[in-house]
Amino acid sequence: MILISGNDLASGAVTWWTGTGWSHHFGDAVDVAGDGAAIIAAEEAACRVNGAAVVEADAAGMPRHIKDRIRAAGPSVRIDLGINPAVPAVLAGQ
Amino acid sequence: MYRYDQYDQAMVDARVAEFRDQVARRLAGKMNDDQFKPLRLKNGLYLQLHAYMLRIAIPYGTLNSGQMRTLAHIARRYDKGYGHFTTRQNIQFNWIKLAEAPDILADLARVEMHAIQTSGESIRNISADPYAGAAADEICDPRPWAELLRQATSFHPEFSYLPRKFKIAVIAAEVDRAALRWHDCALRIVTNAAGEQGFEVYAGGGMGRTPMIAFKIRDFLPAGQIFSYLQAILRVWNLHARRDNIHKQRMKILVHTLGEDAFRTEVEAAFTHILTLGSDFPAAEYDRIAAHFTPPPFDADAPDDMDLSDPDFARWVARQVVAHKMPGYAIVNISLKPVGGIPGDVSADQMDAIADIAQKYSFDDLRSAYTQNLVLPHVRKADLFAVWQALKAINLVDTNRDQITDIIACPGLDYCSLANARSIPLAQKIAQRFADPAVGDDIGDLNIKISGCINACGHHHAGHIGILGVDRKGIENYQLLLGGSGAEDISAAKITGPGFDEDGVVDALERAVNAYRAQRTPGERFIDTYRRVGMDGFKEAIYG
Amino acid sequence: MAEILRLRDDAPIHAPLFSIDDFLAEPAARAVRIEAGEDVTQIFPHLGRIDLVEIAFPRFRDGRGFSSARLLREAGYVGELRAAGDVLVDLIAFMRRCGFDAFAPDAPLDGDDVANALNRFPYAYQHASDAAVPIWKLRHG
Repeated sequence: MILISGNDLASGAVTWWTGTGWSHHFGDAVDVAGDGAAIIAAEEAACRVNGAAVVEADAAGMPRHIKDRIRAAGPSVRIDLGINPAVPAVLAGQ
Repeated sequence: MYRYDQYDQAMVDARVAEFRDQVARRLAGKMNDDQFKPLRLKNGLYLQLHAYMLRIAIPYGTLNSGQMRTLAHIARRYDKGYGHFTTRQNIQFNWIKLAEAPDILADLARVEMHAIQTSGESIRNISADPYAGAAADEICDPRPWAELLRQATSFHPEFSYLPRKFKIAVIAAEVDRAALRWHDCALRIVTNAAGEQGFEVYAGGGMGRTPMIAFKIRDFLPAGQIFSYLQAILRVWNLHARRDNIHKQRMKILVHTLGEDAFRTEVEAAFTHILTLGSDFPAAEYDRIAAHFTPPPFDADAPDDMDLSDPDFARWVARQVVAHKMPGYAIVNISLKPVGGIPGDVSADQMDAIADIAQKYSFDDLRSAYTQNLVLPHVRKADLFAVWQALKAINLVDTNRDQITDIIACPGLDYCSLANARSIPLAQKIAQRFADPAVGDDIGDLNIKISGCINACGHHHAGHIGILGVDRKGIENYQLLLGGSGAEDISAAKITGPGFDEDGVVDALERAVNAYRAQRTPGERFIDTYRRVGMDGFKEAIYG
Repeated sequence: MAEILRLRDDAPIHAPLFSIDDFLAEPAARAVRIEAGEDVTQIFPHLGRIDLVEIAFPRFRDGRGFSSARLLREAGYVGELRAAGDVLVDLIAFMRRCGFDAFAPDAPLDGDDVANALNRFPYAYQHASDAAVPIWKLRHG
C-alpha cells in the first residue's frame, strides 16, 4: 500500500491522508496507489499540510520503514507520549 | 552575568515582532515552506518527525535561575513537560506548535533570551568553557569576549546568508572543556611575552561527514582586533566557498582545498584591509561588557573542609565536584545521565528545582556543558551536602562524570527528521550494561558519543568510543569508532570495521572495553591504551 | 525584468550593462554586472567611470553578493549598487546595510513589506556599509 503522511502546518503534528482529509491516527490512512503526487501538490498548495510525502506500507497498512513507524507511534523512548495505544506493536511493525 | 540594556532588548523585541509577522504570512499561505524554512531556521525552528522543534540559545552556556524557570514554563505551557540540553550548550523543545512559536520567543525575550541564529546558514550561538569564571586553571573569564562576539555577530548583514553554518568557541584554559578545535573558528585566550592578552586562533574545524580539526591560523592576535579577524575569515570563506554542493560548503572544506597556508594568506590580506574600517568594538565597550562578569561576592572566610562521612555523598563529591579558583568554593557538575534515562533531558519540575538550587547556593548562576550536563559554578563547600540533598530529591545525583555511562547522544531517529537510526535507546542499553558503579570506576574515564546520522550532532568523531547510526536498507545499523577526543588531546575517531545491529553494537562495545581492561597499564585511560596499541589491539577482540 | 526599486535621489541610469570582461575591454562602458562568484576587485581600477554596478543573486541562499557589495563600497564606489535576481523582502535590510541602494527582484516586492523590512530593526550591532551608528557607539557617545 502507498499512504501519505505529512505534518499539520500550524501544530506540526503528524497527519495521515484519509481519502477526504487528514487524521492524526495512522490507522485512518488509506491506500492512494499512484495518486500521491497530485494529492500532495493540492493539499500543500491549500496549506492543509506541510512536508507531505508518500509512505510505503504492507498490505495491512503498516509502514515498512522504521522512521515512518516512529512517526506513527511517537518516540520509542517516550511511549507514554504516543497517541497510538498499540505503540510497541507499531514500533515492532506488527 | 550579562544583562540587556535598552538596545539589546529593542533588538530582541524587534526580532520577535518580525517572526510573528513571518509566521502569520506563512499561516495565511502567503509563503510556502521553501521560502519560510530559512526564516524559521534563523529563529531555531525546525520541522521534525513529530512536531516543530525549537532550539533556544544559551549564550556561552550561561543561565540564571529566572531564565531556567522560563524554560520550565515553556516546557509546561507549550511542550510536553520537558526539554533537551544539546551538545552545543543550547536547549531544544520537541513538541512546539508553529502558531505558538512567536509567543514562546516573546516569553524568552522577557528574560533576555532568544533563539536567534540557532540554526540555518548563519553564525551560531557561541560556546565556551562551562567552568568560565570559576575554573582554577583559567587565565581569565572568556565570557566577556563571547558576549562581545555574540553582539558583533548578531544580525550581521554580510554574514547572514553564509555557505553553511558557522560555529565559534572561546576558552581561556589549557584544559579544553568546549571541544574547541571541533569548531569552525576556535579561540583560546592566551598571554604573550609582554603580558598582553590575545587570542590563539584556529580555523576550519568541524564534524559532519568530513571531520576536520581546526588548524592554528594565528599564534597571537591582539584581543581588541578579534572582530576584524573573524570578519576576515568569514569574508574569505563567504566569497570563495562552493555553492553547488551543500556537503562541501563548510569552511573546513575550503581550508582543505586551498591548503592552510593559502587560506591564511587570504585571511591575513582581508584582515589588513578590514582593520582599517574601524569595525572593532572599542576597549570601553569591552570594559562595559566585562563589568557584567565581575566575580560574585565570595566569602573570603568560607571554610575549605567538609564532612564526608556519608559514603554516597563522598562518592558524589569525588566524581561530580571539581576545584574552584576560590578557597572554600567548588564547581558542581549535575549529571543529566541517569542510567536508563535520556541523555540531556530534564523535566519542567527538575528545571524549577535546579533554578532554586542555583539561586540559593550558586549566586544565581547555572551553566550548560556540551556534554549535555549542567554545572553549578560557585558553590560553598559548606553547602555541598545541602546541594546534594536537594539534587537527590529530583533524582539528579548520578556520579558518572566522564565515565562510561556519561554518554552523549543526539535525539536520533526518535525525534529527528535527518536521523537514520535511533541513538537514545542505544545509550540506554549501554548505560544499563555498565550500570554497576564499581565497574564504572574500574573502567575510569571513557567518553562514549552516539550520533544517529552522519551530521554528527552526537559528536561520534570525538568519542573515545563513537557510534554512528546508519540506514542499511531500511534497517538501523551502527558503526563503531575508536580513538576520538573532544578535549585538549583532540583526535578524530576511526571506524573499526563492519557495522552491527543495535544489540550487536552493545556487545561489540563491551568487547572493546574488555580488550582495554586486559591490555591497560596502570593509570592508562581507554584512549591512552588505544593510542599505544592502535586499532589492531582492539580489532580482533571486537570481531574475533 | 520586474520593476527596479531605487533608494537613490539621482536620475535613473539607463546605460547598458557589461560583463566584467566586456567592461574591461570597452572604455566607454559605465555599467557592470557582476555574476555570483566573480571577483569584483577586477573593476576597482576603473571605479571613477562607473555609474551602476549590478550584482547577481541567482538564489537567495547564495550570499556571495553581500561581500562583493561591501568590497565595492569599501573601495570608495559611490554609484548605484543594484541587487538583481532572487531578491526576497527578508534580504532587503541586510542588502541595504551592505551598501545596495537599488533592487531588481525577479518577483515583484510589495512596497509596504519593503518599508516594514527596512524599518524593522531600530539599531544595528555592528559597523557596515551604511550610515547606521553601531550600538556600541550609541552606548559610549
